[in-house]
Amino acid sequence: MKKLLIALMTTTAAMSLAATAEAADKLKACWVYTGPIGDFGYSYQHDQGRLEVEKALGDKVETAYLENVSEGPDADRAFERLAREGCKIIFGTSFGFMDPEVKVAKKFPKVMFEHATGYKTSDNLGIYNARFYEGRYVLGQIAAKESKAGVAGYIVSFPIPEVVMGINSFMLGAQSINPNFKAKIVWVNSWFDPGKEADAAKALFDQGADIIVQHTDSTAALQVAEERKLHGFGQSSDMIKFAPNAQLTSLTDEWGPYYISRVQAALDGTWKPDNVWLGIKDGAVKLAPYTNMPDDVKAMAEATEKKIAGGWNPFTGPIAKQDGTPWLKDGEVADDGTLLGMNFYVKGVDDKLPQ
Amino acid sequence: MMRLELVKRPQRSMLFSALSPFIAFALTIIAGAVMFALLGVNPLTAFNIYFIEPISQIWQLHELAIKAAPLILIAVGLSVCYKANIWNIGAEGQFILGGIVGSMLPVLFPQFEGPLVLPLMLLLGMVGGAAYAAIPALLKTRFGTNEILTSLMLVYVAQLFLDWLVRGPWRDPQGHGFPQTIQFNDSAVLPELMPDAGRANWGFVFALVAAVLVWILMSRMLKGFEVRVLGSSPRAGRFAGFGLNRMVFFAFLLSGALAGLAGISEVSGAIGQLQPVISPGYGFTAIIVAFLGRLNPLGIVAAGLVLALTYLGGEAVQSALGISDKVARVFQGMLLFFVLGCDTLIHYRIRLVGLALTKPEGVAKLEAAPKLKEAR
Amino acid sequence: MDITVNILLTIATAATPLLIAAIGELVVERSGVLNLGVEGMMIMGAVGGFGATYLTGSPWIGLLAAIAMGAMFSLLFAVMTLSLATNQVATGLSLTLLGLGLSGMMGTSFVGQPGERLPNLDIPGLTEIPVVGRLLFGQDPIFYISIALTAAVMWFLFKTRTGLTLRSIGDSHTSAHALGIKVIRYRYLAVIFGGACAGLAGGHLSLVYTPQWVENMSAGRGWIALALVVFASWRPWRVLAGAYIFGAVWIGQLHAQAFGIPVPSQFLSSLPYLATVVVLVLISRNKRLTMMNTPASLGQPFVPDR
Repeated sequence: MKKLLIALMTTTAAMSLAATAEAADKLKACWVYTGPIGDFGYSYQHDQGRLEVEKALGDKVETAYLENVSEGPDADRAFERLAREGCKIIFGTSFGFMDPEVKVAKKFPKVMFEHATGYKTSDNLGIYNARFYEGRYVLGQIAAKESKAGVAGYIVSFPIPEVVMGINSFMLGAQSINPNFKAKIVWVNSWFDPGKEADAAKALFDQGADIIVQHTDSTAALQVAEERKLHGFGQSSDMIKFAPNAQLTSLTDEWGPYYISRVQAALDGTWKPDNVWLGIKDGAVKLAPYTNMPDDVKAMAEATEKKIAGGWNPFTGPIAKQDGTPWLKDGEVADDGTLLGMNFYVKGVDDKLPQ
Repeated sequence: MMRLELVKRPQRSMLFSALSPFIAFALTIIAGAVMFALLGVNPLTAFNIYFIEPISQIWQLHELAIKAAPLILIAVGLSVCYKANIWNIGAEGQFILGGIVGSMLPVLFPQFEGPLVLPLMLLLGMVGGAAYAAIPALLKTRFGTNEILTSLMLVYVAQLFLDWLVRGPWRDPQGHGFPQTIQFNDSAVLPELMPDAGRANWGFVFALVAAVLVWILMSRMLKGFEVRVLGSSPRAGRFAGFGLNRMVFFAFLLSGALAGLAGISEVSGAIGQLQPVISPGYGFTAIIVAFLGRLNPLGIVAAGLVLALTYLGGEAVQSALGISDKVARVFQGMLLFFVLGCDTLIHYRIRLVGLALTKPEGVAKLEAAPKLKEAR
Repeated sequence: MDITVNILLTIATAATPLLIAAIGELVVERSGVLNLGVEGMMIMGAVGGFGATYLTGSPWIGLLAAIAMGAMFSLLFAVMTLSLATNQVATGLSLTLLGLGLSGMMGTSFVGQPGERLPNLDIPGLTEIPVVGRLLFGQDPIFYISIALTAAVMWFLFKTRTGLTLRSIGDSHTSAHALGIKVIRYRYLAVIFGGACAGLAGGHLSLVYTPQWVENMSAGRGWIALALVVFASWRPWRVLAGAYIFGAVWIGQLHAQAFGIPVPSQFLSSLPYLATVVVLVLISRNKRLTMMNTPASLGQPFVPDR
């Protein structure tokens, strides 16, 4: 017993020594996730990005993460802990982490902070986001082509700008093919409740939608589509394994390249706080291989994807608001500020936003 | 084959009352060492990070106070309910309503500043929590509706109500459409105790004061006696002239007010604005805290600190050793089970008996059973 | 007509896990034990069911594994509360905490793997009958188990000697003990039965409802099941009614949204909870009936003194 103890203590000592030695030449990059990494959705995709950093930069970095961090004082503590534990660059991946991150960044001016989907920046706090709406425009076009009923079912989580912008972009895409296209919208008030998402999908199909789009994380809705022999789109990650006959494509988040470039910049000492909004052309928004559709639809989708990668913005006028009042003139492009705070629908959306 | 048998002690053992937490801790350490070793982590390193590091740094002590404050405040109120045999499990909802009602001032009247704001907010928070708790109390006394169900269901309603508020009418117009209210003005923010050392705010002081006051109420005053009598035997209570309905209201209003105070303290102290989610389940965790503290307000202070420590420790091993959040939670569960199990020693002696040695069962009088419930 | 059938089928799927978990908990509570760990046992059943299916390829083995997992996990609760006489409320809540953590740990490698769905019953000739065919003969196996289970528990509790004994234990363990009934043994069996049911309900989630594994996928359904037992004032047929009322309002609000009813979704989402309260208030006005069905020694530990 005594021997064991001594052995244990020496290893501890050795480990802590090793840790200090490591800290000297390795850069520690850290992540804070709002959900569990086992959600196979939003937090999972960010963690895949972290793993890509580990793979790409190997010995030069070590990484750490905190998952399931609730948005409130727990988040303050999470960022402070990581900053104190020697993390040189910290990524906060949820909108609700904004104010905690701003506070902690002020306290640790030597640590580099990055915040996803927010709008506040400082000397050592940059923000990044992905233009998911670009992909949703493509989804809208495919939906309009593939839907026989001309009605899509749209499952959404919460009315925040990102979601509203997604609905609008989807509708613009769909109306570009079929001006009478309709979407039925169901708010499930959760990012994550597979059962409720499945129920919502069933309700939408029962009410005549024949294609399903979601802005929630689980694969449940697609599985319902598979069962009913109808079609739908995946979200966050490629869900083809869950719905081999139903998935048309999936709108996936690819954070890896961005994370690698930022951690590399931190290693090189060239990191500066930035405000980036990555899209299809940066590889941060990807559409999974087009399946279960005729070749002409596939060709159209690929062409649109290429057009967007080339710099065209789906929010290019003329676009009218829901009530018919003009929003963008012919050829006018929406500015990022308006998009990031979007709280109105475009024409043709059949739903009312909570005001 | 061996079997456990409990033998009731003539009175509670003072020795084990004091010792049981330590035995539980030792058992947790042993079981935890096995678990960490199996995961390929040096148990000593893990324990050091889990238990020692969080209480050896000043800033973490502050964080400990922040995490423990709502747990203690809510649990102290709940202990009165549970002593009175009244099952309020909706403290989470009362917490949220306290946060909402207390925030009315800074959100709807942001121009109203001065030293009066904060006391008014705290008062409103308590009123909000108590009012929300009055619903199950009213339904129970008026219609005989079971309070477990009503208080639990109202939690979900409160969560959705808050969600609607911060996404709709109370949303910050300058907030880029994101779901949160405006930041509270300075006079609406609960001050930090020692701003230079850490973030702990007055909420922790409220928790300690509440614990002491409720302890005095329960052990030194007639009301406490009434709670205990009605809790252990409603019949005896009625003979003594204590009203059961009045007690239901008293317990619910008190626990609701304390949960509401915890809610507004959290919103105004630790968060500084309303957002869609203001509690990571404090109202439910506090139930465990209440029982871990053996329903004694002072015990609850200790239990709240211990439970808060397990959260902090869990995060520490997660970031330092890459141990997943799940492992930390399993470890937390183990600790709780050992603590609960060891508390058995206070009231009972445990004997291991071989089955062959037990006395033969008395003649089964099963046939007599029907008489027992003939009334049905 | 088709849409009505579809809606009814959806309601049945939503109600089934609630019904099964609640029926199990009802038996537990009738024996005088309050196990608040339903959510934890359910999620353990879900991960066990998914894991076994994933490893063996057979959802039927998964079904059995879900039941076994729930039962085993409830044994932990039984040992604590029955043999060590710990506080049932605190132990049950801790069981939920532990279950959520443990299931996440066990399920790490199942994330992102598609599951295998339990096949629906399909009787050629009968399932094709318009309207009633699919409702009666075309649902998943667990649906039929849930209905049979409700009937069986009803029969067991009110028509058998053993059931009577179990109820008498729940009403007064001291008098039951005085009559020579082995209180602890009965309660062990009741708790394990409750665990097996919660496990089966979890299995329904990961094998039928949404054939996949993700952390926390039970999303609070164990709590609803607990509330339904109280809602039903400890009577099986009322659990059935409660589960279906809840399911109907739950699905109804989604349909109301898809239909475009301009009410904030948060209010619609809170309808199932409010409806449960309102219905309970309406039926609990008959105080005598409620009192008679409430197990009087619910939640109190029992230690036989010899």
